[in-house]
Amino acid sequence: MLAYIIRRVAQSALVLLVVGLVAFAMFRFVGDPIENMLGQERTLEDVERLRENLGLDQSFLVQYYRFLENAVQGNFGLSFRQGRPVSDILLERLPATLELAFVSGLLALLGGIALGIFTAIRKRGVAANIIMTTSLIGVSLPTFLIGILLIYVFSVELGWLPSFGRGQTVQIGGWSTGFLTQSGLQALVLPAITLGLYQMTLIMRLVRTEMLEVLRMDYIRFARARGIKDRAINFRHALKNTLVPVITITGLQLGSIIAFAIITETVFQWPGVGLLFINAVQFVDIPVMAAYLMMISVMFVGINLIVDMLYFAIDPRLRVDRTAGGH
Amino acid sequence: MKTKTILAALLMSTVAAGASAETLRWARAGDSLTLDPHAQNEGPTHTLAHQIYEPLIIRDHSGAFQAALATDWAPKEGDPNVWVFNLRQGVTYHDGSDFTAEDVVFSINRAQSENSAMKELLTSITEVRAVDDHTVEFVTNGPNPILPANLTNLFMMDKTWTEANGATKVQDIAGGETTFASANTNGTGPFVMTSREPDVKTVLTANESYWGKDEFQLDVTEVVYTPIQNAATRVAALLSGEVDFIQDVPVQDLERVASTDGLVVKTAPQNRVIFFGMNMGAEDIANDNVEGKNPLSDARVRKAMSLAVNRDAIKKVVMREQSQPAGMIAPPFVNGWSADMDASAMTDIEKAKALMADAGYGDGFSIQLDCPNDRYVNDEGICQAAVGMMAQIGVTVNLNAQPKAQHFPLIQNKETDFYMLGWGVPTYDSEYIFNFLVHTRGEERGSWNGTGYSNPDLDTKIQSLASETDLDARNATIGDIWSVVQEETLYIPIHHQVLNWGMTEKVGTEVSPEDDPKFKFFKMN
Repeated sequence: MLAYIIRRVAQSALVLLVVGLVAFAMFRFVGDPIENMLGQERTLEDVERLRENLGLDQSFLVQYYRFLENAVQGNFGLSFRQGRPVSDILLERLPATLELAFVSGLLALLGGIALGIFTAIRKRGVAANIIMTTSLIGVSLPTFLIGILLIYVFSVELGWLPSFGRGQTVQIGGWSTGFLTQSGLQALVLPAITLGLYQMTLIMRLVRTEMLEVLRMDYIRFARARGIKDRAINFRHALKNTLVPVITITGLQLGSIIAFAIITETVFQWPGVGLLFINAVQFVDIPVMAAYLMMISVMFVGINLIVDMLYFAIDPRLRVDRTAGGH
Repeated sequence: MKTKTILAALLMSTVAAGASAETLRWARAGDSLTLDPHAQNEGPTHTLAHQIYEPLIIRDHSGAFQAALATDWAPKEGDPNVWVFNLRQGVTYHDGSDFTAEDVVFSINRAQSENSAMKELLTSITEVRAVDDHTVEFVTNGPNPILPANLTNLFMMDKTWTEANGATKVQDIAGGETTFASANTNGTGPFVMTSREPDVKTVLTANESYWGKDEFQLDVTEVVYTPIQNAATRVAALLSGEVDFIQDVPVQDLERVASTDGLVVKTAPQNRVIFFGMNMGAEDIANDNVEGKNPLSDARVRKAMSLAVNRDAIKKVVMREQSQPAGMIAPPFVNGWSADMDASAMTDIEKAKALMADAGYGDGFSIQLDCPNDRYVNDEGICQAAVGMMAQIGVTVNLNAQPKAQHFPLIQNKETDFYMLGWGVPTYDSEYIFNFLVHTRGEERGSWNGTGYSNPDLDTKIQSLASETDLDARNATIGDIWSVVQEETLYIPIHHQVLNWGMTEKVGTEVSPEDDPKFKFFKMN
């Protein structure tokens, strides 16, 4: 067991290193930060001096090595754009993204399961057909278009909900939350729907398919034959057996909700890490880009690691194979 | 310290609530990059600083000089190398300390130090000395008739406050340090900063002890500044009444905003001209299909290319009427601008073709045009239009449009032969344009001259402008230089950009040509 975990952790670390290497190799093609950092009156001498000071005249391997050297000591450098420590900025922005991801994840899960069950049970009903058809919108429309559409209807035309920002936030320790104020909650609605819509339709379709599958099983038929109530069959027996793959998918999707918040955050001017990343790309703010990419890859690698270990715990065959190989 | 600020903020808010409180909710695409007033020379950064800090002289919304921390200024009698500034008396910083001549000396020295982004504007100053508490002398390395124009974005900091907080040095990002001054402010300006979250929200409240309380409008008692990057979201926020004032209305939404009840769009020419540059200096250029020679070094070819550009069509189709066709690369506010030259640009395909044939390029040639796609209003669209226009005279253009962070290094490293550039003139004088765009590229001048053009005679004339005190003679030289620039078709001017500010009817302001609203001038109806 321990050897397996150590091996997986070592593999994960390797993946992180490679992600960092590829990222640094690509930064050169994003452009030159010097142009953004100095005004139009700068002289050629200033440009050279700053480039040298920032170490941008070095090859990307050297730059990457320096980044790693500092990162290991917990120092991600100063943002070129804001002139503040990158780790401070990331920690300040992370609550906004996590709260948004949490709400849209919850929305996707609850909405997806409820609609999935409904469309599975009433598979020939008019309402179910309408839901299935409109769910295509969630899958096929790009996020930014959904966002702008929602802003147009609910902010500009109806004036019900704010079109941008997080509203009033409350500071609890180092965490700024929008859950405790009315404007904060209102501000969450549109971005959460925008971000969660795709996942919701995905979960809904998954639940529906699984549910239809399970409902055809023999034990369900026998249950019916025994005269058990429909409600008990649907929710106690069928749903429980449906949820296993749903939970796996949801876990994996959680990472992408956080990572893909970039577009939603840009449309709604949501002050999270995604917006921070977009700003960093436009400004060629290398320390912020590097730290963000590392953070996202740590998150994905971490989720995968946990999933792997869960498989190990759940599936005895893995363990048997290892001991067998030891002989 | 902390309780003091909280107390001050509390006091401030109760006082503000006592007066007729007018909050202005303001949004624009970008945020200020730093609060250190000397660390960045950039539009949105200066705009925020102007509310909190003040220079000796400012420009009002028409672009004219107005006394700020200096009451009057003039060259010293008998010594043309010295400017004398008389300072305003009774001015205090937000923390209550007095503004004196010592602060001016300190601030100028700070702005000239190594990490400062403002130092290039101050290269002519050799010494700043305090004569008494309210008189300062600026000594320059030769007469500098336009020195005041270089000081309109040069903010004054309190020496005691800056030194006490260890912020004497301008922030050095490369050195990995943060400074007190990049996160805190103490100015003399009409507004005090109450809170700030970079890229999210900044709140300013009226400075109750501002020296200009009775002189200026000062209707706005609170400013809430939120950067909103996405253009559609920004417009939606104005339409839904969540903000009162946005600085950059995209051209495609102008009608939508203007036709909404209660909203107004105000338009004025910006201090920025858009043009194409051509690499005429090289023997042979890399990005064309002509071997062994450089078609762009022939003035006839350059003239023909300029004649091929249909500026009215660009204005109508690409800019939706939001531009002013240009015949010279100086915005109309600038000293040296001439109505005749600016109107001289023409479109004449026949003449252009004849010129091409004359120069031996009757069959045309092909070349790459490098263009930014996130810097100027519809920059990529303008370049696309130019591709079609150049094709009419046989010049096949391959368009390479990319983000500004990739575009501008091409000009810097002389890797482009045909490029788009926009230029603003903060000093409102032609010398600034010549120094950066016309003078031979070298250590001191010509850093943005990507054309490879070098004319020693013109260089001498440009250098003479810096110290010529006879303004008539100086203007005559400026005129001479412009006529050579026009004759040679050094650049192909396209148009002057136009600014569009969107606001609710409540807000009363004129558009400032440098896109930097100063809220002390705002009227709230």
